[in-house]
Amino acid sequence: MNQDWGYGINKDRQIDFDRNDRRLAEYIRKYVPSYKLCISCGACTATCSTANLTDFYNIRRLNIFLMRGEIDEIAKHIDKCMFCGKCELVCPRGVNTRQVILIMKEGIKKIKQNEQL
Amino acid sequence: MIIEGKKTVWSQYQKNIAGDHYFYIRSCIRQNLFPGSETAFMRIMQQELGKDIFEDANHTTCTGIGYHTDIVPIETTMTVVARLFALMTERGYENMITSCITSFGVLSEILETWKEFPETEARTRDFLKKATGREFKVPKDMAHASDIIYKFRKEIGEKGIRKLINAKTGEKLRVVEHIGCHYSKMFPQKGVGGAEFPYVLIGMIEDWGGEVVDYPERRHCCGFGFRQYFIKANRGFSIACSKKKFESMKPFKPDFIITNCPGCNYFLDRWQYVISEMEGKTYGEDQNGIPVLTYEEVAGLVLGYDPWDLGMQMHQVGVEPLLDKMGVEFDPAKKFLGKNGNSLGVPEKPNVLNFCC
Repeated sequence: MNQDWGYGINKDRQIDFDRNDRRLAEYIRKYVPSYKLCISCGACTATCSTANLTDFYNIRRLNIFLMRGEIDEIAKHIDKCMFCGKCELVCPRGVNTRQVILIMKEGIKKIKQNEQL
Repeated sequence: MIIEGKKTVWSQYQKNIAGDHYFYIRSCIRQNLFPGSETAFMRIMQQELGKDIFEDANHTTCTGIGYHTDIVPIETTMTVVARLFALMTERGYENMITSCITSFGVLSEILETWKEFPETEARTRDFLKKATGREFKVPKDMAHASDIIYKFRKEIGEKGIRKLINAKTGEKLRVVEHIGCHYSKMFPQKGVGGAEFPYVLIGMIEDWGGEVVDYPERRHCCGFGFRQYFIKANRGFSIACSKKKFESMKPFKPDFIITNCPGCNYFLDRWQYVISEMEGKTYGEDQNGIPVLTYEEVAGLVLGYDPWDLGMQMHQVGVEPLLDKMGVEFDPAKKFLGKNGNSLGVPEKPNVLNFCC
């Protein structure tokens, strides 16, 4: 095939919720059922030390990335979490947020190693 | 559903289309890329419908391409368009038809600007008078050529010798309609059906026996956009838009695409070839592409014109599979012969896309 065109085909950046990668989101729901209670109020983010001191993508944003299936974005920042657990203390819905981060890390590791979630 | 309400809403999306006596403005790119279409339009208007239509050998571009690429200033565009109006006035016509959607958009934009800011019209009249000594009247009625075919679609259907059906199975042909953005997205009231329910091509398909395909990216732009295309490095964006549409329509297995815009027709046709060369993907059956036809070509096929007279050999995606499907008789040996019988030159065969020649 002729490749010398002087231009390519731009990659589509549209996020199609019917086709996005929901593996990690389903994995977290399976092992941390309380995650389903999240209402994205942002209390976790407000109290998060890492979010205040670094450019850590806070839990609320992680949730959005998770729903969109943007796993690479999550992987970029998730290691900055210190597991202090303040987010869990303030969560009005009682979501086990520390466990969410832990399972998320596990899931990303499995995806990178091409293992079945 | 309250039908009365629907009727009221729908009535707001109608436009007045003159019935006879037209002054015709050709399209810069269509004259080169699909010259058979404009010839077919004149033939249909004069020979089939018996209408009075006039084209002036002195008419020029509307400057649309230069205007949209920021090369030609609006004052110049207005003056050039005013000259076109002057030619129409001098010949005693009041109804203008444009062959090109860009021209339709440019003329609509100028007429609306003059309505909102009368001083710009006065200034343009002054420029035209000083430059050429001409004066003009604003057209009483301005329509796109597809509006005219839409208006007379029933007459064309009645005179036609075939319908948009599969001659072998008797099923309706599945047609994707694509309306140029500048037809009704700029001024919805100037297009049949407005921007939300553009009916101009649907009306033709339904009346000529075809079935309209509804698919998710139906109203997406074809990606032409002057700046996307003219700067080579930006073409990746242009082709990505077309690809998005092809990917979206492919599962619905359309038999062909009908467009009313020169740019859309060209790019939906040519980008299929480029995608096939770059990625090895094709969107029709058996490594064929999806043929992209103009509304005049479709009308011509319905009326029984020879496909090579309609200029269908100018498309990058081969139209033969569609012609076979419709039961159109044609001579493959005459595909690349000109009117004088001399060869027009045979194009190089693509690596991936099927091209029957």
